Amino acid sequence: MARPNKKKSSRGRGRRPQSTQNQAERSSQNSQVAAAKEAPVKRKFAGKIRLYGDVENDGVVQISFTLPMPACDEARVAALQFAEKMNIQKASVLHMEAIDDDFSFFVVYGQCEAEVDLEQIEVPKLDHPQYGFHEINDMLGQKLDRKLVVLGACIGTDAHTVGIDAIFNMKGYLGDYGLERYSCFEAINLRAQVDVKDLADKIIEKQADVVLVSRVVTQRDSHIEEFKKLLAELSSRENVPAKLIKICGGPRMTHKEAIDIGYDAGFGPGTLPGQVASYIATEALQRFADQQD
Amino acid sequence: MTKINLDRDIIDHCRELAESVAHPVLIYINRHSTVSIERSVLRLLGFQGAHEVEKGMPYPVCNLIVDKLGQDKLKMGVASVIASIKNRYPRWNQAKMAEKIIKGEVNFERLEILPPDKAQALLKPWIDTAVRHIDKMRYRKEDMRHKLGRGKKMGPLKYIIVATGNIYEDVKHAQSAAKQGADIIAVIRSTAQSLLDYVPHGATTEGFGGTFATQENFKIMREALDETSEELGRYIRLCNYSSGLCMSEIAVMGAEEGLDYLLNDAMYGILFRDINMKRTLIDQHFSRMVIARAGIGIQTGEDNYLTTADAFHNHHQVLASQFLNENLAKHAGLRDEQIGLGHAFEVDPMVEDSFLIELAMAQMVREIFPRCPIKYMPPTRHKQGDIFFSHVMDAMFNMVGSMTGQSIQLLGMATEANHNPYLQDRFWALKSANYIFSACRSLYDDVQFVPNGKVMRQARQVLDRTHRFLRKIDQQGLFESIEHGMFAEMPRAKDGGKGHDGIFEKARQYFNPFYDLFQGQGRR
Ligand code: B12
Repeated sequence: MARPNKKKSSRGRGRRPQSTQNQAERSSQNSQVAAAKEAPVKRKFAGKIRLYGDVENDGVVQISFTLPMPACDEARVAALQFAEKMNIQKASVLHMEAIDDDFSFFVVYGQCEAEVDLEQIEVPKLDHPQYGFHEINDMLGQKLDRKLVVLGACIGTDAHTVGIDAIFNMKGYLGDYGLERYSCFEAINLRAQVDVKDLADKIIEKQADVVLVSRVVTQRDSHIEEFKKLLAELSSRENVPAKLIKICGGPRMTHKEAIDIGYDAGFGPGTLPGQVASYIATEALQRFADQQD
Repeated sequence: MTKINLDRDIIDHCRELAESVAHPVLIYINRHSTVSIERSVLRLLGFQGAHEVEKGMPYPVCNLIVDKLGQDKLKMGVASVIASIKNRYPRWNQAKMAEKIIKGEVNFERLEILPPDKAQALLKPWIDTAVRHIDKMRYRKEDMRHKLGRGKKMGPLKYIIVATGNIYEDVKHAQSAAKQGADIIAVIRSTAQSLLDYVPHGATTEGFGGTFATQENFKIMREALDETSEELGRYIRLCNYSSGLCMSEIAVMGAEEGLDYLLNDAMYGILFRDINMKRTLIDQHFSRMVIARAGIGIQTGEDNYLTTADAFHNHHQVLASQFLNENLAKHAGLRDEQIGLGHAFEVDPMVEDSFLIELAMAQMVREIFPRCPIKYMPPTRHKQGDIFFSHVMDAMFNMVGSMTGQSIQLLGMATEANHNPYLQDRFWALKSANYIFSACRSLYDDVQFVPNGKVMRQARQVLDRTHRFLRKIDQQGLFESIEHGMFAEMPRAKDGGKGHDGIFEKARQYFNPFYDLFQGQGRR
C-alpha cells in the first residue's frame, strides 16, 4: 500500500549516535541519553501536524485513566464523555475493569483533530559547541591562568546524589568523564541535603566561578521553589562573585525553565557531564577570559 | 532446597567475620544511650501527648522532658530520674509529672538517686502496663494471622506502598490494593521525616512524597486494614519505617499499634540520610529489642546500595551488609523469621544476561538466609519515563521472584521514574503480579540450574568477593569501612552527620528497665 511519504525524512529522526563508548550504546533504552550524545543540530520544522497512529493525519490517541465509580455501563458512558470533553472524537472504550468496588480503570482510543503549527514553536536552547575532554582542558588551560572553581550540590532536604554525582564523579557517567576529572576545574561536589544557606556560604568562601544545583524531588514543584531559594539567598548576600555562572538540573528541568527563573542554564534527564563541561567552557571564556592579563 | 552449590565453609566463615566485625560495635553500643532511646523509655512508661510549641507543630511531651533534663541527668537513664521523682511524689501520674518537669518545678537537688532494683520496683506498675500492652498487640496480631491466614498461597507476599501524604487517602489506596491481592501495605514517610528529632503528632493530611509516621496514623491504618482483613478473610500486614533520628520511638509506636513490619536499618540512615553512624547504631539496637518483643519483622535496606553503586559490580556489598545486619539483629534478640534482609533487582537492563545475573543473586540470597523473610526490591534506578518498558522490567522481576521462592516481593511500579504510585499504577502492578505468580506457581520446585553454568558461577563469584570484602572490613573496623565509602560509595565521617550530639555515655548506675526485660526476647 502506497502512502504519501513526503516530509518524513526531514523530521524527528535523529541520526543514530555513533558512540564509541559501549556503555553509552548499551543504554540506548534511554533515547534521551543517546540523542544527547550528538552536538545540537539546529533544525527548523515546517508545517502543521497531527498525531500519527496508522496513517498520516489520523490523529490517533490512546489514553488511560481511573474513574471514582464502579465499572458499569454508566462508567463506560462517563468515560466516553470525558474523552469527548478532551476533544477526542470517535472514542471507544477498549478496556474497562474494576479496580475495586469504588474505582474503575479505562483504556480509551480515539482521534484527536488538534493540529500543531511547528513554525510557531520556539525552544530556547544552549547552542554552544560540544568540545571533547582534552579540548576543554587545553582551551581553558591556555586562556585562564587558574582553575575554575566549580561547586555542586543537591539542595534542600533532597537526599538524591546520583544525578549530581553523574555530573561530577571522576569515573564518569555512561562512559563520559565527570567534572572532577578535568584538570581545568577545581570541582567540589557537596552531594545531597545541602541547605541553600550553607551552599551560599561555600560559594562566597571559595569565590566559586560556577555553581551546579540539582533537585530530584520535584513534588508540587518543590524543585523550582528550592532553585529560587538559592537565587534569593545569593542576592541577599555580600561578596558573592559577580560573574558566578549558575546552572541547575534534574529529571524535571529544562533549559527554558531554568532561564525563566533566573539561572544561566538548565539541564534535564540524560545529561552527560561533557555537555555541561562544554557549556561551562564556552561561558567561562566569555565571562572570565577578558579579565586575565 | 539448595540449587547452586554454594561453598558452606565460606558462608560459615562469612558469619564468623560478621561476628568479629560486630563485636567492638556492640561494646560501643552497650556503653551509650541516646536522646531517642530515653524518649522511647518515656513513651513506654506512659508519657503521652504533645504541646504546640510552634503553631501547627505539636512537639511531643517526651521531647520536652528529655530536652529539659539535659544529658547530665539523662546519663543515669531517664527511668532513673522518673523513679526518683515518683519516690518523692508518689501520687503524681505521668501527666502531672510531665507538666512539673517541663515547667521546671521539680527540685532535683532534693531527689534521692535510687539503686536500679528500687527504681524498678517503684516503676513496676508502669513498666507492666507497657509490656502487657505490647504483648497483647503481639498476640492479637498472631491470632489474626492464624485465624485468617494468607488465603491461597501463591508466590511471594505482595508488598505495595502507599504515599499520598494524606492518611485518609492512604487508607483508600491501601484497602483497594488489599482487595486486588496485596498482602502487605507499607506507608512511605514524608520526605526528610527521618531528619526530624521528634515524632510528629496526630492524624496528618499533608506530606511530601509520603505520609508522616505518627502514632495516630498507625492506628488509623491498622484499624482500616483489620476491617479489610475480616472482609477478605485474609490477614493484611502493615509496614512503616523505624529509621532516622527517631528510630527507637517509632519501634515503640509500631509495637503499641500492632504493626507487622518495620524498615529498620542503621546503614540506610547513615548512607542515604547522613545520620551519624554511632547515633543510629545505638538507636538500632534498642529499637530491635523492642521489635523482637513485639513480634514485628524488620526489613533492612541493602537493596538501596545498588542505586548509587552499580548493581552489576557491587552485589558483594549487599551480601556483606546482610551478614552484618543478620548478626546485629540476632544480638538484639531477633529470630531468623523476624529478619527481612533486603536485596534488589537493579542490574542495568541493557546488560546482556542481566536476567541470569538477577536469578543468581536472588537464588544466592535465598539459600544463604533460608529462614529469613527476604524482602526483594524491584527495579527502580534504571526506570525511566517509558512506563511500558518499565512494566516489562517489573514482569521480569516478578518472574525471578517466583523462580527463586522469595518471601516478600515489593511490587515495582511502571511510573517509578515520575511519581508515587497512583491508584491505577498499583492496579497494573498487582494484576501482572497475580498473573505471573499464578502462572509460575510451581516453577521454583521444578527449576534446577546447570552445574557450572552462568548462574552458579555468578553466585559463587559474588560469594567469594563478599568473603574477601568482609575480611577487609574486619581488618579496618565497621566505622572505618563506612568512612572509606566501602558501602554504596557513600563515605560518611565517624563523628559527622546528623544527631551526633544526641549520644551520651551511660553512667555506671544507668537504668533502663526495658533493656533487661527485652533482652533476648524474640527467641521464644
Ligand atoms: C535512586 C533513588 C533513590 C535513592 C537515592 C540514593 C542517592 N544517594 O541518590 C534512595 C533510595 C535513597 C531514594 C530515596 C528517596 N526517594 Co528516590 N528515587 C531514586 C530513583 C529510583 C532513581 C533516581 C536516580 O538516581 N536516577 C539516575 C540519575 C542519574 O538521574 P537524575 O537524577 O535524573 O540525574 C540526571 C539528570 O537529571 C541530570 N541532573 C540531575 N541533577 C543535575 C544537576 C545539574 C547541575 C546538572 C547539570 C544536571 C543534573 O544529570 C543526571 C545524569 O544524566 C528515582 C526513580 C527513578 N527511576 O527516577 C526515585 C525518586 C526520584 N525518589 C523519589 C522519592 C519520593 C524519594 C524519597 C523522598 C522517598 C521517601 N518518602 O522517603 C526518598 C528521599 C528522601 C529525601 N530526603 O530526599 C521520587 C520523587 C518523586 C518526585 N517527583 O518528587 C522518585 C521519582 C520515585 C517515585 N516514583 O516516587 N531514592
